[in-house]
Amino acid sequence: MSLASAQKKGFGAILWDYLTTVDHKKIGVMYIAAGAFFFILGGIESLVIRVQLMVPENDFVSAGLYNEMITMHGTTMIFFAAMPILLGFMNVAVPLQIGARDVAFPFLNALGFWLFLFGGILLNLSWIFGAPDAGWTAYPPLSTQSPGHGTDFYVMALQLSGAGTLMGGINFIVTIVTMRAPGMTYMRMPLFSWTTFVTSILILFAFPAFTVALFLLMFDRMFDSAFFDIALGGNAVIWQHLFWIFAHPEVYILILPAFGIFSEIFSVFSKKRLFGYTSMVFATFLIAFLGFMVWAHHMFTVGLGSVANAIFAVGTMAIAVPTGIKIFNWLATMWGGSIRISTAMLWALAFIPSFTIGGMTGVMLGAATADYQYHDTYFVVAHFHYVLVGGVVFGIMAGLHYWWPLMFRRVLNETLGKLAFWLFFIGFHLTFFIQHFLGLMGMPRRYWVFLEDQGLDLGNLVSTIGAFFMAAGAIVFVINIIYTAVKGEKAPQDPWNGRTLEWAVPSPTPFYNFKQLPLVRGLDPLWIEKMEGNGKLTAAEPLNDIHMPNGSIIPFVMTVGFFIASLGFIYQYEYPIAYLALYGGMAIGIGGMIVRSLKDDHGYYVRKEELEGEVE
Amino acid sequence: MSHDYSLNPEKLHEDPAKVTHEGKNKFIGLWVFLGGETVLFASLFATYLALKNSTAGGPSSQEIFGLELVFIMTMLLLTSSLTSVYAIYHMKNHNFRKMQLWFGITAFLGLGFLACEIYEFAHYITDYGFTFRSSAFGSAFYTLVGFHGGHVIVGMSWLIALMVRNAKRGLNLYNAPKYNTFALYWHFIDVVWVFIFTVVYLMGMVS
Repeated sequence: MSLASAQKKGFGAILWDYLTTVDHKKIGVMYIAAGAFFFILGGIESLVIRVQLMVPENDFVSAGLYNEMITMHGTTMIFFAAMPILLGFMNVAVPLQIGARDVAFPFLNALGFWLFLFGGILLNLSWIFGAPDAGWTAYPPLSTQSPGHGTDFYVMALQLSGAGTLMGGINFIVTIVTMRAPGMTYMRMPLFSWTTFVTSILILFAFPAFTVALFLLMFDRMFDSAFFDIALGGNAVIWQHLFWIFAHPEVYILILPAFGIFSEIFSVFSKKRLFGYTSMVFATFLIAFLGFMVWAHHMFTVGLGSVANAIFAVGTMAIAVPTGIKIFNWLATMWGGSIRISTAMLWALAFIPSFTIGGMTGVMLGAATADYQYHDTYFVVAHFHYVLVGGVVFGIMAGLHYWWPLMFRRVLNETLGKLAFWLFFIGFHLTFFIQHFLGLMGMPRRYWVFLEDQGLDLGNLVSTIGAFFMAAGAIVFVINIIYTAVKGEKAPQDPWNGRTLEWAVPSPTPFYNFKQLPLVRGLDPLWIEKMEGNGKLTAAEPLNDIHMPNGSIIPFVMTVGFFIASLGFIYQYEYPIAYLALYGGMAIGIGGMIVRSLKDDHGYYVRKEELEGEVE
Repeated sequence: MSHDYSLNPEKLHEDPAKVTHEGKNKFIGLWVFLGGETVLFASLFATYLALKNSTAGGPSSQEIFGLELVFIMTMLLLTSSLTSVYAIYHMKNHNFRKMQLWFGITAFLGLGFLACEIYEFAHYITDYGFTFRSSAFGSAFYTLVGFHGGHVIVGMSWLIALMVRNAKRGLNLYNAPKYNTFALYWHFIDVVWVFIFTVVYLMGMVS
């Protein structure tokens, strides 16, 4: 049977294929699709927030529902929209970029995806049963006193998806350490692979702190422990420390992959090698290292003392240095390049000024004494939306346009893409620039109403109008996806005149990625072959049998088990019947682990003879 | 046809845990995982240190801890780490029977540790009324030591499952990496206990 013969499969077969897949490319697409879905949910929540704040003393939503909206918006966007889409890019691009046939732990990779997805489903189920309302930061005593089960959903959903993310991180570290193609030394890796590597290290060291924080909150809420109970000697500041020890690196987990995407795009669309490659790599490491040293700048007003505040203020400002190095390297990459303004490049270009504004307000916030004025105002809201939207969302949009041909064999429509860009870009600045001034005028964040004639009316109205521009941009992008799927032409293998290995594989990418592992002769290996060779990668090995992992339904089954158990945990202290779900779910989850451990799974071979029939 | 995982007597010098690509990945993957575990326990230790004097009028560490039992537990766990080294030594010499024997001793010692820990917790609860809910110190103590105990339970289940599963088919290149990663994990559990012994019990006895 030829591998190329694309048979028509029924819906059931396709569904089964995706439920059992361990192919990193399919998992990546699923990550992106699920992340996009949660992105829409989070976007609708943000529109509700902005409509409520459109006019003074509005009563569009109640105060309680408003609290749920801000909590769900923050949690959804960070954990279930931005992170999974970036993890999707990593899955799609990194093994190809480093010249690997697969990831190191395909089973674990699939398990990580399902855990994330069911975590997101669990969180959004809370809309039916009462959503969390203690903010995405869930500070106790607010979170421990929060009535109903909303915060329990928050705890269990993040515990599930956090475990999944940790697995993804470990998988990518090992993949990059052990599975690079012959000649692909560390300092020849594309920058997106580098940032994936460093991001995975951040995930590895940051998430366990959050795991512990969530356990403490879970024990306090569900099993009457006393970590945050002042009457029994507890201390609520422990949560703040553990949370920010995780959540500060988390923002770098989000932004570093976006930096990697921009580095690829600036290089390709300027037709130049990335300027200062080595310093880019070191700046990435420095940002990651410093990112762990600055968590207490979220806690300047807690009262840690002036010495602690001073140290963390200096550390915070120091991060501007490696970030500045990166900004200048991107500018220098474009300098003298032969620049093509595609939609991907447009998003990348817009990123530089937008993100720089966010970086500058970051240094302002880092000045501990001044922070007493900014703390918990809209200035902070404006700041983090400038870095998270202007950095991460722009990066995601750029990455989607850039890798769309790799994932779906279609080039997204450029006209619609540019329209979406301008709507979103204008809307973004309209929404958030003015929030700096609202904050400086004293408008506190997380309040559901503001009073008339305090100088906040016009600013809030402008901000809300901007939010609808962003929504319009997002809708145009969705139209673009549909239009491209229906009308778009088949993309060539290398639509952007690419420089890295993911553009050297045939389109559609075979499931084994590389028939023969490529020989990498330097940085930008495909570009080297285009300039000095015949445009094709030299094979590093003779054609041989390829070992591939078997698909498995176990990751899905295990996740369903843990999902049911989570519901059991959430309800066991109110309804003892929920213990049934708790034990039953754990039995399914652990049963899956046992089956996986005891049953041998040797994978299978794609035979040399079958491969010979394949076209290049 | 699947891969040939049998041991090659010509290549006795090779470490059977690291011959295959999957074996190497497992080895590095477990090391990386232990990096994350370190942060997990560091966070638990930090929480414990912040709350260890918050007894809220309940029993304090000086009142309840007794070093005799903890000393026995420490000896059991440290010795089990040593016996797992012997087991891995025999694995590298392709001696399956001796490897199973030493891993069996490891499991025996680990279960002994667990029994002591269960007795210890029961003793605190029944004799001193010191529970998970009695104070912030109680919550922090049972969480930190309990997380370690939970890791021991996982390790024991892992080891026993491995030994039973492979009892009849002997050592090969497919299961050698599994034994090897277990041994690594087990050493980590041991190291965490050394810190618990110092930070929780020794520091809890003084001051």
